Amino acid sequence: MSRAALLVLADGRFPAGGHAHSGGAEEAVKAGRVTGAASLEDFCRGRLNTSGLVAASLAAAAALGVDPAALDAAADARTPSPALRVAARRLGRQLMRAARATWPHPELDALARRFPKGAHQPVVLGLAARAAGLGPQDAAYCSAYEGISGPASATVRLLSLDPFDATGVLARLAPDVDRVALRAAEAAGRAVTEGVDALPAASAPLLELGAEAHAGWPVRLFAS
Amino acid sequence: MRADTAPRGRTGTVGGAGLRATARVEARADGRGGTALPVLDGEGPLALRRTRTRSGGPAARVTLVGAMSGPLGGDHLTVEATAHEGARLHIDSAAATLALPGQGGEAARYDVRISVAEGAELRWLPEQLISVRDSDLRLSTRVELAAGARLVLREEQVLGRAGEAPGRLSSRLTVCRAGSPLLDQELAFGPGAPGGWDGPAVLAGHRAVGQLVVVRPEYERSGPVAAPLGKWAVLTPLAGPAVLVTAVAPDALRVRRTLDAALRDLA
Repeated sequence: MSRAALLVLADGRFPAGGHAHSGGAEEAVKAGRVTGAASLEDFCRGRLNTSGLVAASLAAAAALGVDPAALDAAADARTPSPALRVAARRLGRQLMRAARATWPHPELDALARRFPKGAHQPVVLGLAARAAGLGPQDAAYCSAYEGISGPASATVRLLSLDPFDATGVLARLAPDVDRVALRAAEAAGRAVTEGVDALPAASAPLLELGAEAHAGWPVRLFAS
Repeated sequence: MRADTAPRGRTGTVGGAGLRATARVEARADGRGGTALPVLDGEGPLALRRTRTRSGGPAARVTLVGAMSGPLGGDHLTVEATAHEGARLHIDSAAATLALPGQGGEAARYDVRISVAEGAELRWLPEQLISVRDSDLRLSTRVELAAGARLVLREEQVLGRAGEAPGRLSSRLTVCRAGSPLLDQELAFGPGAPGGWDGPAVLAGHRAVGQLVVVRPEYERSGPVAAPLGKWAVLTPLAGPAVLVTAVAPDALRVRRTLDAALRDLA
């Protein structure tokens, strides 16, 4: 298969619904914790090293062929916020639809049957990468990058931040993305023999708090 | 042996660079509506005392008495607590645990292993863990629950003593129920921790963080719904019969107040 499949999967225009989610940025902006490029970078770095690492590891493990149902349960245990679990399943379902149309594969069909309301998005992403002939590190890169590009582009809209500044943030985080993708792929390799407990469980208290606060807002620009 | 020469009367088994010590407690239903403690073994800095329960009920209460401050860098401490079928075991501690730097700069390990059988209840309510400047501690708490087990577990991490920069602390809390993961969370703070830990997504300058986990089989039918508890804490139902309360605050006292209030409301 083609390596360029990674570009298709990682493209922000891949029709998987991610643009409707801010990855916690909307709440952080409203609460005054993200006010510009510098705090956006700090937000994205923290997110990348916590929930981003977890998501990338789940995606890499799914790409390696670890049982997706076990990964989905591991994702639930690593996501205490019900609002974030709902968002992850909704995104998983939308990605599943796009992935099955793009790279038809019996393992995608089986996962869709098993989780009709949607599996956690990183698990679907990893399996989509597998269906596209990509490897675990590709899946980890894709997951890690979209985990920061989402909040960055959301912040452009929320704060009218200069898009050049937001892109600069993403470029400065590139070495962190490399490290996270590497760690995720290594952990996924261990999960093959040791089970899903070997996957990271890094958590971010303020993302959990913020997600529940955000879910209670009567009016919001982003779904999460 | 280093245990004989180490400062502050350190005793225990010396293995590698630091001290190794394991404390074990096992609780069994005594057949008369109470709970017996067939195993209550402390070691070195981990001393265990059977103490009077506050309510005088059917539970056995055990207090972890710090025979010294610690762990120091290089130490490896383990606490193993088991509540057998139908037993009720309440564990607390007499004082906060201080993670302290060692001489060689190595990390310390603190492992807590909890097992709760069918129809049993375990409460793990220790005092705070304070990460002292230049210390490096890896705390791992692993709980295995039977499907009908009950759990109340509190963990609080404090980043440095008053006005002090924190050491490095990573703390993983894993709760499995009937063999499946129910909660798996890792917090990593301090110098050398992955970047962004003090930023707007993770702690945003707060110096104390706490978790309260409550697992009750009856939550399978109906349990509390998600609710913010003020601005800096939230109650979240997990994907199973359990809730997690997460709190952050500028100091340990405020985290404790929030978790205490949440525990009262859940009772």
